[in-house]
Amino acid sequence: MNADAFQYAIDVRGLNKHFGPRHVVRDVSLKVGRGEIFGFLGPNGSGKTTSIRLMCGLLTPDSGEGTCLGYDILSQQAEIRRHVGYMTQRFSFWEDLTLRENLDFIARVYAMPDRRNCVERTLEELGLSARARQRTGALSGGWKQRLALAACMLHKPKLLLLDEPTAGVDPAARRDFWEELHRLAAEGISILVSTHYMDEAERCHKLAYIAYGKLLAQGTAAEIVAAQPLRTWSIHGRNLAALSQELRQKEGVAQTVVFGDLLHVSGDNPALLEQSVRRAVESAPEKVRCEQIATSIEDVFIYMMNRSDGEEGSPGEHG
Amino acid sequence: MKRAARKIARHIELFSLARWWGIVLKEFLQLKRDRITFAMIIGIPILQILLFGYAINSDPKHLPTAVIAADHSEFSRSFIAGLKNSDYFAISAEHLSEAEAQSALARGEIQFMVNIPADFSRRLVRGEHPALLVEADATDPMATGMALSALQQLAAAVAARDLKGVLNPQARQAAAFAPQDPFEIRIHRRYNPEADTHYNIIPGLMGVILTMTLVMLTGLAMTRERERGTMENLLATPVTPIEVMSGKIMPYIAIGLIQASIILIAARYLFNVPFAGSLPTLYLIILIFVTATLTVGITLSSIAQNQLQAVQLGFFYFLPSLLLSGFMFPFRGMPQWAQIIGEVLPLTHFNRLIRGILLKGNSWPELWPEIWPLLLFIAVAMGIAVKFYRRTLD
Repeated sequence: MNADAFQYAIDVRGLNKHFGPRHVVRDVSLKVGRGEIFGFLGPNGSGKTTSIRLMCGLLTPDSGEGTCLGYDILSQQAEIRRHVGYMTQRFSFWEDLTLRENLDFIARVYAMPDRRNCVERTLEELGLSARARQRTGALSGGWKQRLALAACMLHKPKLLLLDEPTAGVDPAARRDFWEELHRLAAEGISILVSTHYMDEAERCHKLAYIAYGKLLAQGTAAEIVAAQPLRTWSIHGRNLAALSQELRQKEGVAQTVVFGDLLHVSGDNPALLEQSVRRAVESAPEKVRCEQIATSIEDVFIYMMNRSDGEEGSPGEHG
Repeated sequence: MKRAARKIARHIELFSLARWWGIVLKEFLQLKRDRITFAMIIGIPILQILLFGYAINSDPKHLPTAVIAADHSEFSRSFIAGLKNSDYFAISAEHLSEAEAQSALARGEIQFMVNIPADFSRRLVRGEHPALLVEADATDPMATGMALSALQQLAAAVAARDLKGVLNPQARQAAAFAPQDPFEIRIHRRYNPEADTHYNIIPGLMGVILTMTLVMLTGLAMTRERERGTMENLLATPVTPIEVMSGKIMPYIAIGLIQASIILIAARYLFNVPFAGSLPTLYLIILIFVTATLTVGITLSSIAQNQLQAVQLGFFYFLPSLLLSGFMFPFRGMPQWAQIIGEVLPLTHFNRLIRGILLKGNSWPELWPEIWPLLLFIAVAMGIAVKFYRRTLD
């Protein structure tokens, strides 16, 4: 009745979750619009999986409230399950069943009309018709991931929750996968996808960054970068590792990253940063040159993670 | 109004036949692929029934026997020779005093002590109807039962051959002036007055085998999903606890019936256990018992965190079932507290039911008092299982 009346696919406020003494999710609030691909980023153990489970009713929050597809996450978990497609981080289909049997089972539990055709069509679209009788456990990682996506799409959900769907998948398969996601989003399906990959982050409409259970930033990639006072300089030359070590001790330098012949130096005080960079370049034993560049989303995320490090303990180390 | 409608909708959604059937099919397929489990399902009943039936002989022979013959008559010698000739008795001591024989019996060195009183043959001749005393170590009733009944026949045969004239039982019967035997064999079943018949073991074994395998198999059913990570997937779908629980036990009901059939065939054709009652009734009882056992397994499975714990919990259930159900020890010989525990266990009722049907030919009126406890047990166990089933990953 309210399935089409919602404004946001996900709208949660102040979610908290403890596992024993660990505060795994702290006051997480986020909104995912319809037809939006929402990237959910953060280091390992930062609470991404737990947050996703809270949103789809697989876990009950200690405090907080919200809706998923217009259904209350506290009281309407059964409805949420029926309308959300959830792809778990770990492959969670039955490896001792064949591909067709797995899809058939899912089609049955969602009471799909015209089940047989639905399964065959899905197999065909996957390009797996020929291997339909193979045990699922024998599939490679990339194929498992494609099967999992197809299976969680089988009941035509309006919202997809994908928990690190591309972990361990090769770049070509990842690219195909993201093309599929954009096609689905164009059809009006909302997608929340968690990932480690920065190139994937840049393909999302919106992003949220979570570390140690805390949501540190939310918005488009440009908004997130702009919201931070971070400036970045790039140094070209050789033997940058030593220079990187040296710069890290200097005033105004927050972080340094070496990319082959490139060194990115970032800091949140523009004047001090420029001063430190120029001095280092002048005193370098080999000839190097420097220029100011646009700060990347990756620089921002690492900066945010380092800044939040150690605040209120570090529960992330255990998870 | 709206809230009420939603409540009804949710109520209806508690059980969907389509979803339930999906789970049943999935479980059958998974079971079919699990070779080791499949071997266990067929192998355990066969192995156990052969071990219990043959290796553990319920009709042992050449049992050590002491004879205290204070009466050195023709009859005594003839009787002792008869004992020696029978397969059941091995005369291990002939010249013990009564006290020595008593302590040998207590130590378990001899199984029987046959005491022929000093004035036995004199009183026999006088027609005083004397008693031949037999003391048996009946701690294991199955060990002595057959030997004792053989003893009765032996004594009768010796009497018929050796006693002449009016003392001969055949002659007496022909004369019809005394319906009694010329002497009496007084048997003391020491240490265990209630002697069970040997037919007990094979029917009892069916319940034991079903309990052992089915609790173990279903105990793993839920924990396996949890350990393999597929539980998260199952939970993310709209399936309800009752659908999962009942769907998961369906294949095992079929397995339970197959196992029961194997045991019944063995009981009938290998061990000649009598089939006094009706076969359909028997199968219905087996079905109820199998369901009760499976609900235990599924309950343990929803309580246990992993497969190892499920197996451990299975043993916690299996041991009391084995020991307190009347399978191992006569139920009435157990202390009160053990009987109370025993009455809760499905195996206790099943043992009575199956013995009642097979051996006594009982039908519904006699069976009902043992059936309703099983049904109650199923309802309670299923309730606990559904309550413990976590709808979420919390």
